[in-house]
Amino acid sequence: MSKRILIDPVTRIEGHAKISIFLDDAGNVSDAEFHVVEFRGFEKFCEGRPLGEMPGITPRICGICPVSHLLASARAGDAILAVKVPPAADKLRRLMNLGQIIQSHALSFFHLSAPDFLLGWETPQAQRNVFGLAAANPDVARAGIRLRQFGQEVIEILGGKKIHPSWAVPGGVRSPLKSEGREKICGWLPEAYSTTKHALNLFKTILQGHQRETQVFGNFPSLFMGLVALDGSWEHHGGNLRFKDSNGNIIADQLDPQKYFEVIAESVKKDSYLKSPYYKPLGVPDGMYRVGPLARLNICERMGVPQADEELKHFKGLGRGAVTSSFLYHYARLIEILAAVEFIELYMDDNELLSDHLRADAGINELRGVGASEAPRGTLFHDYTVDRDGILKKVNLIIATGQNNLAMNRTVAQIAKHYVHGPEISEAMLNRIEHGIRCYDPCLSCSTHAIGQMPLQVRLIAPGGKVVREMTRG
Amino acid sequence: MAAKTLTINGKQISAEEGATILQAAEEAGVKIPTLCHLDGVYDVGACRLCLVEVTGVPKLLPACTTKVSEGMEIKTDSEQLQKYRRLTLELLFAERNHVCAVCVANGHCELQTLAYSQGMDHVRYDYCFPKWGVDNTHRLFGMDHNRCILCTRCVRVCWHIEGAGTKNVAGRGSKAKIITDLNMPWGESGSCTNCGKCVQSCPTGALFYKGSTVAEMERDRSRLEFIVTAREKKLWVASD
Repeated sequence: MSKRILIDPVTRIEGHAKISIFLDDAGNVSDAEFHVVEFRGFEKFCEGRPLGEMPGITPRICGICPVSHLLASARAGDAILAVKVPPAADKLRRLMNLGQIIQSHALSFFHLSAPDFLLGWETPQAQRNVFGLAAANPDVARAGIRLRQFGQEVIEILGGKKIHPSWAVPGGVRSPLKSEGREKICGWLPEAYSTTKHALNLFKTILQGHQRETQVFGNFPSLFMGLVALDGSWEHHGGNLRFKDSNGNIIADQLDPQKYFEVIAESVKKDSYLKSPYYKPLGVPDGMYRVGPLARLNICERMGVPQADEELKHFKGLGRGAVTSSFLYHYARLIEILAAVEFIELYMDDNELLSDHLRADAGINELRGVGASEAPRGTLFHDYTVDRDGILKKVNLIIATGQNNLAMNRTVAQIAKHYVHGPEISEAMLNRIEHGIRCYDPCLSCSTHAIGQMPLQVRLIAPGGKVVREMTRG
Repeated sequence: MAAKTLTINGKQISAEEGATILQAAEEAGVKIPTLCHLDGVYDVGACRLCLVEVTGVPKLLPACTTKVSEGMEIKTDSEQLQKYRRLTLELLFAERNHVCAVCVANGHCELQTLAYSQGMDHVRYDYCFPKWGVDNTHRLFGMDHNRCILCTRCVRVCWHIEGAGTKNVAGRGSKAKIITDLNMPWGESGSCTNCGKCVQSCPTGALFYKGSTVAEMERDRSRLEFIVTAREKKLWVASD
């Protein structure tokens, strides 16, 4: 008899979701879906608020990546004021975004994902978490937690607090880097380098024993999208959009993020609050694209800093044209941490960051403005329409996790097809399916602009739609 | 002028005849919480936070509008008063949409500071979530009715310090709102002199400099006092 497996809730991701696995009459997996079951409505209740408040309101979407929303929102504000941000403010925003990339990637790698491949897929669930990691491998766990602390401190040094700083504003930022802050950041750099390089070596060793995971954890052709600099190098705040296919061909390049809607459309599924954006010229399913570390490394030609560039060469060697396995998101994340540490080091010698010319002043000059910035999980768009007094009339937020939605569905199906045969599924199989989602480090609070805890639910579903088995843990 | 002797919280003090209990308490170093009171303009007793107990009077009296009298025994901080103050604050928070975390006045708000100081850690009443808008039509200033507590400070400074008479109150009860001229967008007001005294006087984030972002609205009330002192005493001096 055919069945459906439901994983609800999915654990160790940011937000609340469930997975449905559809079985055919023979008991084999016919399809799988990832549903996001939260709803919040930020786009609606921001309507009616003054533009200046948006960089204060939208970061409240999330406690992990508030900086990403802060920066995208400030950029949308820049576009509406139609100003050029002072150079020091642009560099300071970049510095904060680098801190954000480090802290979020460290959280994803060390706290959320490393327990799976460092402790093993078969480890009992109660130990397969950051506490289990701290017991089994205290040095790695401690270093990972401290690396995240470094990223958080960069944010705090600039914005006054680690979470939800009200610092970037339409037209610039509110305060400069102070020399005490610069000394503090410099003091962290040797440890940040050492932890990142150690993690890179560790992951490359792990990779040798995880060939099968690399093969089946979201390994399929898709497009990749992200921001690149004008010279094609890695970009995280500024630049233009580039789409590449899995053969490594650039299919669209240097697109103005202000006109993202000409190339990206959103589809809505009836059983998930997560919207599914796709590349408009190709439609669904061919327009499926991935964003985030894997995509950013695939689309760029170089990182722009020497040590990360060395790693990028090794990374690019893992694929033909593009690196297509989502398991390698983890590797891409570590390379981005290394690049972020290198860029921060470069900024430490730049006295412009201490400048007090930080804010361009203007009234409402454009009625629509888009702010695009690379969040740790991928390209984030804030699209605002205002009236002539600067009151928000329409808000559209396109979140990184949403853009990975189609690819996450595909990943869950691929893993389930490989590991699940019949209604009996073990804890280790469930964990592998969940890990497929974890590769993308999805932030569901952000992507539905939603709230909630994150347990795991899996449902096994028969062709008629009957749920034959349901497993929940939290 | 004759002096009156009275007690505040058991402490004997003297105050000038005609002084309010609030003024007498301030002279004596006793702090009474206020929201609608603003040095330099007359009092209206609107917010009810300065209520005090006076022996022999069955009801609570607002300290800002009650004059001292000989032999008065006043209590400013009894358990009953603390209870009522918290209740008043909770009702103010429940009535409109006060979201401190994303407010322009966060950290510089008299309502927020009072709530902290009175130990208000939650609101026992259902929030009303009324639909109030933001008037952002003025070139320099904005007015967010969601954050207005109807203290009328802005109305009083506009009429009695600036003399423009732009700000008024329209409607009754929970539908009351601050209006400009004959309830027109602020930007279209013919009487507004763009002086900004109302913005300086506002205790919350309801009135703000346009373009302000979270926690950026700091005010300097001493400017209002400076103007009043200059006009009434012909002294061009700052109070402190």
